[in-house]
Amino acid sequence: MELNGITEKILKEITDWDGIFSGAYSLRENGECISFQNSDHIRIVKKEDKPGIDIYISEKASGETVYIPACVTKSDVKDLVYNDFHVQSGADVIIVAGCGVHTDGEEGSNHNGIHRFFLEAGSHAVYKEKHIGFGEGSGKRIIDPVTYAEIGDGAVLEMETLQLGGVDSTVRDTKAVLSKDAKLIIHESILTDGEETAETKFAVDLDGEDSSVDLVSRSVARGNSVQEYSSVINGKVRCTGHSECDAILSENGRVNAAPALNASSTDASLIHEAAIGKIAGEQIIKLMTLGLTEEEAEEKIIAGFLGA
Amino acid sequence: MLSLVDVKLDLETKDNLINGVSLDIMPGKLTVITGPNGGGKTSLAKLIAGLYVPTSGKILLDGEDISHLSVTDRAKKGIAYAFQQPVSFKGITVRELLEIASGNEMSEMKMCRILEKVGLCAREYMDREMDSHLSGGEMKRIEIATVLSRPAKYIVFDEPEAGIDLWSFTSLIDAFETLKKDEDRALLIISHQERILQIADYIAVIKDGLITQSGTKDEVLPELMDGSRGYCPKGKEIF
Ligand SMILES: Nc1ncnc2c1ncn2[C@@H]1O[C@H](COP(=O)(O)OP(=O)(O)OP(=O)(O)O)[C@@H](O)[C@H]1O
Ligand SMILES: [Mg+2]
Repeated sequence: MELNGITEKILKEITDWDGIFSGAYSLRENGECISFQNSDHIRIVKKEDKPGIDIYISEKASGETVYIPACVTKSDVKDLVYNDFHVQSGADVIIVAGCGVHTDGEEGSNHNGIHRFFLEAGSHAVYKEKHIGFGEGSGKRIIDPVTYAEIGDGAVLEMETLQLGGVDSTVRDTKAVLSKDAKLIIHESILTDGEETAETKFAVDLDGEDSSVDLVSRSVARGNSVQEYSSVINGKVRCTGHSECDAILSENGRVNAAPALNASSTDASLIHEAAIGKIAGEQIIKLMTLGLTEEEAEEKIIAGFLGA
Repeated sequence: MLSLVDVKLDLETKDNLINGVSLDIMPGKLTVITGPNGGGKTSLAKLIAGLYVPTSGKILLDGEDISHLSVTDRAKKGIAYAFQQPVSFKGITVRELLEIASGNEMSEMKMCRILEKVGLCAREYMDREMDSHLSGGEMKRIEIATVLSRPAKYIVFDEPEAGIDLWSFTSLIDAFETLKKDEDRALLIISHQERILQIADYIAVIKDGLITQSGTKDEVLPELMDGSRGYCPKGKEIF
């Protein structure tokens, strides 16, 4: 497959791509699907009515990976894509998504990925997503993902999302509805710098008995960047919900966190933890006693914190 | 040799924290500093590692005045310091910390050898995060292990016994005894533990920011144990 150099660079950053994808994938570049491949257990079908794909993951998939990266390599691209994941009962799949936006001119570019997950009873999906922005252009790099997940009885969805700077503006909107015994685990890490802004909103409905959500958000705001975090966990039945928003500020970075818990059953057990502050001085000092400079120590602490 | 020459330390929040301390720490020897709580032991360790800068006096490392060098520069010159209170890090694993400390990537074997000295199994711990999920004693032992993995010439341990079970403590004593056989390395341990005082070459007692007693183990330890200087040993803990 002949690829644009910038696309290659993005793929290396956001996936473990090293020249080919083994198994199922769909590769999007500047608003078009430029290549895709099915596997025995994963079928990718182009949508008829709008841009995007349906991804069907059969019950036979067991630990298989499907890649759906999106690359924007130039200025003035407005990409909107609808991707629906249909995960059959009993399937076990890893979905590697992610998006890189590169601008070289004054016009901005954006990528809006609208993802819907339908997990049937007893299925298991791990969703990994990495977002990056880069390029010399002054055009804004914007990534606005919308995620909706329906998690069936006993199904498990794990989401690991990572945004490591270079994205000028992002609005992340994540909603999930959980059935009986379903489980949702979200680990989100966001780093912003300069004049970047990031907003992330979670709404989780724990509708089924004994459903659970564990939502961990780690953010680092540097420069003059601003981040907004909000989460709403609704517990209507016996269920457990935990959310944690941990933020490190440096320079003039700002983080506003607004977590909300709504329990309408006495058996709903919901917890929220939040901590916002600068890096603990003793952490920097400790690493300096191991020979790192102050800057190296800060980098290590932030990289560890974000799981980068 | 690492020498403190009439070192004084005043902090904004506390005057005369260290009140004129002179002390030589010799390679191939184990020097133990002991003394009552609040006497200034940790402050002295922080002065050596560069966390505090002396208000007056000098710190000499093999003759070079390092009193105003940064923490990083002192670390690079071969000073290592195990904190009394270990620091936790969200997201940094034991393996990463050991690798930062040693300055190199580390094989599982090497990690095993180092963690074994503090009674931990590498396989079980190397991928654990150095965060609040570790117990106090585990944190303390990992703190000591990171310092043991440093290629350092002057090594300071601040109350390594604190919170450590007897079994691990025994292997720790072995590790200290091995270390002190190395003619190129100088060991300074702050401790209240008789077993550590027993393996010392030199002992200094610090109280109210001053050295009140110092000398070889044979000179100082008997006095400490019989309490003739007014200290009352309690069990195996001396202060
Ligand atoms: N940053 C500080 N500001 C104010 N007072 C301090 C500061 N650091 C230490 N002190 C005080 O100085 C004294 C010496 O403290 P230091 O920690 O050196 O004692 P120590 O001998 O290590 O005691 P311990 O055996 O309890 O560990 C104590 O009274 C302590 O409260
Ligand atoms: Mg102390």
